[in-house]
Amino acid sequence: MTQILMPALSPTMEEGNLAKWLVKVGDKIEPGQVIAEIETDKATMEVEAVDEGVISALLVAEGAQGVRVNTVIAELSGGETSPPAGEVAAKRPEGGRAGGTPGGGAAVPSARPPSPSLREGPPPQGGRGEEVTPGTVMIKITLRDALRDAMAEEMRRDPNVFLMGEEVAEYQGAYKVSRELLAEFGPTRVVDTPITEHGFAGLGVGAAMAGLKPIVEFMTWNFAMQAIDQIINSAAKTLYMSGGQIKSSIVFRGPNGAASRVGAQHSQDYSSWYSHVPGLIVIAPYDAADAKGLLKAAIRNPNPVVFLEHEMLYGTEFEIPDVADWLVPIGKAKVRRAGGDVTITAHSRMVGAALKAAEHLAMEGIDAEVIDLRTLRPLDMATIVASVKKTNRLVTAEEGWGQSGVGAEVCARVTSEAFDYLDAPPTRVHQVDAPLAYAANLEALALPSTEKIVAAVKAVTYR
Amino acid sequence: MGQTATRANGASEDASKDDLLRFYRDMLLIRRFEERAGQLYGMGLIGGFCHLYIGQEAVVIGMQAALKPGDQVITAYRDHGHMLAAGMDPNAIMAELTGRRDGCSKGKGGSMHMFSTEKAFYGGHGIVGAQVSLGTGLAFANRYRRDGKICLTYFGDGAANQGQVYESFNMASLWKLPVVYIVENNQYAMGTSIQRSSSETHLHKRGISFNIPGEEVDGMDVVAVREAGLRAAEHARSGEGPVLLELKTYRYRGHSMSDPAKYRSKEEVEEMKTRHDPIEHVKKLLIDAGHASEESLKEIDREIRAVVTASAEFAQSSPEPDARELMTDVYL
Repeated sequence: MTQILMPALSPTMEEGNLAKWLVKVGDKIEPGQVIAEIETDKATMEVEAVDEGVISALLVAEGAQGVRVNTVIAELSGGETSPPAGEVAAKRPEGGRAGGTPGGGAAVPSARPPSPSLREGPPPQGGRGEEVTPGTVMIKITLRDALRDAMAEEMRRDPNVFLMGEEVAEYQGAYKVSRELLAEFGPTRVVDTPITEHGFAGLGVGAAMAGLKPIVEFMTWNFAMQAIDQIINSAAKTLYMSGGQIKSSIVFRGPNGAASRVGAQHSQDYSSWYSHVPGLIVIAPYDAADAKGLLKAAIRNPNPVVFLEHEMLYGTEFEIPDVADWLVPIGKAKVRRAGGDVTITAHSRMVGAALKAAEHLAMEGIDAEVIDLRTLRPLDMATIVASVKKTNRLVTAEEGWGQSGVGAEVCARVTSEAFDYLDAPPTRVHQVDAPLAYAANLEALALPSTEKIVAAVKAVTYR
Repeated sequence: MGQTATRANGASEDASKDDLLRFYRDMLLIRRFEERAGQLYGMGLIGGFCHLYIGQEAVVIGMQAALKPGDQVITAYRDHGHMLAAGMDPNAIMAELTGRRDGCSKGKGGSMHMFSTEKAFYGGHGIVGAQVSLGTGLAFANRYRRDGKICLTYFGDGAANQGQVYESFNMASLWKLPVVYIVENNQYAMGTSIQRSSSETHLHKRGISFNIPGEEVDGMDVVAVREAGLRAAEHARSGEGPVLLELKTYRYRGHSMSDPAKYRSKEEVEEMKTRHDPIEHVKKLLIDAGHASEESLKEIDREIRAVVTASAEFAQSSPEPDARELMTDVYL
C-alpha cells in the first residue's frame, strides 16, 4: 500500500483545496499521470502520480477546503512500488520544512552560532610584514608605479596571475597603471578587453573558479556597477554556496571616488557598497607603500578582493621601503599619527585630508590621532577601539555619502564597544547627500575636506 | 558548420545497442530522480525553489556523451539533470535538495547551487545569464593553459535575452575560446513564450553577428544531440572558437514547483509527452531493433527506482548541517 499525500505546491503553502479528482477507485495509474487538481492561494495546480498502482481509496472528497499539507488523500495498491510516501513522511523533521520553521523543534539549530564579528574575515595575511627595519633605504615612487610594480612582481612570481581590462595592454592603461606590463608578459597575460564590464567581470570570475588568479581592472569603479552582480553573486557567494568547493581568488581593482569635475556618474565612492558584503575583502589604501604591499597581498589572497584606488593620488610621490618582497597584511589599520585628544579614522584619499587636519589642530593645541583604515573588510576594530578608549572622541572621514556609510559602521561599532569611554557623540564627515556637481564651487562644497574635518574635531572637543 | 539549421535526420540509426541502453538508463535516472524530488517537495522536505528537468533529459545525456574527461560543464538553476549526467552522486544531490549535511554543498546551496570540482561541474547558478560569462571564463582558463579542455555552457531561451550573453559571445569569438554554448530552448522563459520574448526566435542565429556558427538540433532525440555535440566539441577543441547549439526541447512541469503553467495548453503538453518524449523515443529504438524487450527495460526501471529510493532515504536520514557551518566557507 502506498499513501498519496496532500502536496505542498509552493514554498509557503500550508493547506489547499482539493478541487477535482481525475481518477477514481479501481483506476490503474502510471507515474506522471495527473490524478488531481489542487487549488493553492495562488493558482490551481495539477498533481501527478509518482508511483504506479491501482487506486484503492480516495480519502479526501472532491471540493474539500483547507486540506493540510501531508494529509493522506488517497491510497494505492499493487504495482511497482517505491517506498510508501507515508513511510517517507515519517522521517521528516518535526515541525514542517526541512529548513526549520520557527518553533519547529528538531529542525531548528539549537547551538548558538559563533559571533559574526569574530568570524567575519580571514586572519591577516602574513608575509614579510610591514615593519621597516632601521637602515632600510627608502625610495620615492608614485602611487601609480607602486601599483604597477606590485602586479609585475606577482606576475613574475606566479604564472597563474594575469591582468585584464579595458586599455590595460597596448594603451598601457587608461591611467598608465599597467605601463610596460604588456612588453614584459605578453598578450596572453595582459589582456585588452572590449568595453564590456559585465561580461569580462564574469569571465574573470569563471577563470578564477578554474584556478587562475585574475586581476580585473575597471577603468573606474563607476563602470563596475555594470558588473556588480558578478562581483557579489558569483565571486563573493560561491565559496559558501558550494560548501567550500569553488574558490574565486581574484582581484578587482581600479580608481574609486571623486576625480576632478567629471560629474556625478564618474565620481562615486563604492567603499560602503562593497564593504557590506560577506565573502569579499575590501581594501582602500592611501600611500604607495600600502598600495604596493596590500595589492601584492591581495593577489596572493585566496578570496575575492575589491581594491579601491584613488585617481587623484596616482601621480603623488611617496616614500616606500626598498626591499625585495614588500607585503602589508590585510585587515590591519595603521596609526598614522599618534595623539591623545581625538581619534580620526579615514581611508584612501581622506587620510591625507585627516593628516593635514591634524597638523592644523596641533597648532591650536588639539592632539589628534589619525587611523588609516586601509582594509574596510575585515575592519580592524581593535585598533580603532583602543584609540577611542584613549582619546574618548571619534571623528570619521570618508569621501562617500553618509547614510549607511563606512563612518556609520565605525560609529555604530565604537558606540557599542566603547560606549562608556565616549565624551562626545561620534561624528561623521562625508560627502553631502546629493549627486556630485560639476561646477567647481559646488563640487568643493559637496566633498569632505581638511576644513570640514577640523570643524568636526572642534565640535567633538567642544572648542 | 553552417549558419542554417541542420537536423540530424537519421542520426538515431548511428547509435549502437550499448549506446542506446546507456542513454535509456541515464535519461530514466534523471526522470525518476526528478519525479521523486517533486514528491519530496510536495511533502515539505525540499524547500524554496525547485526547477525540474523532466522532458529535457535528452539534452544533457546527449551532450555529455560528446565530452572528454576534464571538460567542464556549467548551467543555470535547472541543474539536477546536468549533475546526474556529470556523474555526481544522486545521494549527495538529493541530500542537498533536502538541505542536509551530506548534500554536495553541505546543505548551504540548495537546488540551484551545487558543484563538483571532481566531476568538473561548476554549478548551479541562480542569476539568469550569469553562468554564460562564468563558463566563458572557464574556457578562457582552458585557453590560457592550452590544456585541450572545452567548457559546455548551458543557458535557456530566457537567458538568451540577457546582455552579458552577448558580451561573452563577443569575447569568446574574438579570442577563439574553447566553449560550446547550448541554448536549451524549452520555449518558455518562466511564463513567457519565445514568441512573446524574442525578436529572433531561431536562437541558433544569435551568434551570427559574432561569427559564431550555430545549429538547431532536435533536443528530444538523444542521438541527434550527441552527434551535434560531437561536431561542436571538435570545433571548439580544435581552436576554431565557440559554437552555438540551439536544442529544441520541452519541460513537462512548470517553471518551478509553484508554477501551474497556465500559459500553455494541456493539448500542447500532451502532444509533447505522447509524441516526442525522449525516453519513449529511445525505448522504441531499442525494442524495434530487437536490442531490448519491454521486460528488460522494466528491469532497468526497477534498478533505477532502487537508486532513487535510496537517495531519497539518504536525503532524509542525513542530519541537518551543524550550526557551526553557519560561518564556515565565507572566506578561505
